[in-house]
Amino acid sequence: METILIQLFNGLINGAFYALLSLGLAVIFGMLRVVNFMHGALYMLGAFGAFLLGTTLGVSFWWALVISPVAVAAVGYGLERTLLRRLYDLDVLYNLLLTFGLTLLIQDVMRLRFGIQGVPYPAPPQLQGVVVVGFMFFPTYRLFVLVFSLAVCLGTWWLIERTRAGMIIRASTENPMLTRALGVDVDRWIPLVFAFGVALAGLAGVLAAPMRAVSPLMGADLIITTFAIVVIGGMGSILGSVVTGFVVGALSAVAAVYYPAAANVLVFVIMAVVLLVRPAGLFGTAEAA
Amino acid sequence: MRRALGWTALAAIALALPWLMYPVLATDIVTWGLFAAAFDILLGYTGLLSFGQAAYFGGGAYAAALLAQRAGVSFPLNALAAGLIAGAMAVPLMGLAIRRRGIYFAMITLAFAEMVFYVINEWRSLTGGENGVQGIPRVAPGGFSLASPLVYYYTALPLAVLGLLLCWRIVRSPFGRVLLAIRENEVRTEMLGYPVVRYKLIAAVLSCAISGFAGGLWVINHGFVALDAVHWSTSGLVLTMVLLGGIGTRLGPLAGAALVLYLRDFLSTWTDAWGVVTGLIFIAVILIFRRGIVGTLEPLLVRGPKAGRVSPSQPGLSPQGGPGLSPQGGPRRRLTG
Repeated sequence: METILIQLFNGLINGAFYALLSLGLAVIFGMLRVVNFMHGALYMLGAFGAFLLGTTLGVSFWWALVISPVAVAAVGYGLERTLLRRLYDLDVLYNLLLTFGLTLLIQDVMRLRFGIQGVPYPAPPQLQGVVVVGFMFFPTYRLFVLVFSLAVCLGTWWLIERTRAGMIIRASTENPMLTRALGVDVDRWIPLVFAFGVALAGLAGVLAAPMRAVSPLMGADLIITTFAIVVIGGMGSILGSVVTGFVVGALSAVAAVYYPAAANVLVFVIMAVVLLVRPAGLFGTAEAA
Repeated sequence: MRRALGWTALAAIALALPWLMYPVLATDIVTWGLFAAAFDILLGYTGLLSFGQAAYFGGGAYAAALLAQRAGVSFPLNALAAGLIAGAMAVPLMGLAIRRRGIYFAMITLAFAEMVFYVINEWRSLTGGENGVQGIPRVAPGGFSLASPLVYYYTALPLAVLGLLLCWRIVRSPFGRVLLAIRENEVRTEMLGYPVVRYKLIAAVLSCAISGFAGGLWVINHGFVALDAVHWSTSGLVLTMVLLGGIGTRLGPLAGAALVLYLRDFLSTWTDAWGVVTGLIFIAVILIFRRGIVGTLEPLLVRGPKAGRVSPSQPGLSPQGGPGLSPQGGPRRRLTG
């Protein structure tokens, strides 16, 4: 029982990363109709951003948590303005392919510079140690990741559903023509939304840095698992991607207690079952099938 | 006359190839060329972007390797069996994937390929996990040795050519015409009474089976197989070949495979920045060179009524956009799923 609870906790941590990444993918997809393959690479850049800020400038984790995502957002903004926008008139698959090419490029440049092994990044001193709850010990940093990412997800939900900026984004997602006709400059919002989405990936990268080795390929397999989660949840809703992320993370971890080899495979099996039963995804609408 | 000259030149190149370069590389070009041509049945002619073809190429490679090493199955039976196994794998996986379209299909095929990767990685007793399968014998029926790379090239070449002819036959048959119709407008094809789902599934299974066969030919060439054969980077590599050569063209996949593999071999003596090079090729092709090499050259070289008959009217995976696209949708084309 104790093992299961601990695994459940670890699974929720994994789920937090799935949630942050698929949330960013969903926000971008809603506005741009682009599936951003670079998401994993930008997550990796976020982690390296924290590492480089720390080693070269002595910037603390807390400042890195702000600066690195903003830097990743700037990279995303630049790429959207210079490259992605050129392909909006074509089939959306071309932008998937473009971001795939960019992924190969970014990952390999980082590999040439930093090697494949990865570099260590310490957790901030305030968050080292463990928290004792009853008979269980939770690493403080992981607890922080869980709470913080939940807060970010909630904040994003609030931003999209409850603010004026969110209203414009939702309207542009729903019907860009009509939104334009109502006097909103939709094209001005597109790079901003893209930058916001990839900033979430950068943020996830900073959060991952103290827990996982900071290495050029850290986002490569994660992005594929995130794609499976996006298919399971359906890219329709903000809430859907967050819930699916946490649930799938927890399920995989608990399954690993009984059958360790299943940990990596389970998410794809769940995806297969969802495709069989509800092809549009758990939270998706039939329109998007 | 011009056509006959062209084919003769192509045959001459195929026969001379192992004398122009390292024979193992020549065999790689031929087998990857077949893999790319099989992939193009889906990408170029049906408009299905599968991001997970490594599962079938690599799965076929593992199947042929294990059959040769553990069961003593000789060449080319092991490669043919690899094709059957890859085709059998495709029935459930592609059957599920084609329930979604477009961008979702790409993500689902990628995810299933990752699943195959993890299964092969975890199933160490069978596949050797990270060590892969090593010491695969290269023996023809009757114990005839094919150990010489040159001999193997000339044994594998006719088989690869048969596979290629099969690919070309598929896309030019009445069946292939329906695939083109699906690419151009899936809803309309369905309205005309064609069982679109069944056509897509058969196309996918055929493509995957031929990919598995190519994987079998490829693995016997090297004598070992490791996890990178089923890794997503292999799916990306075959995609690079087809895009660079020209999607929906007959010779594009071959040209792409030859160029990419030769370039990789050539560059490997200078630098290990292969990912940078592939990434740049990829980005350049997507942004400015969407027709690819053959797609650009063909209309210039071949004139007459048949010119460009099966190549896309405009560069595009599905130039018509497909279902969910309304002509009034504004300047930004919206293609949901």
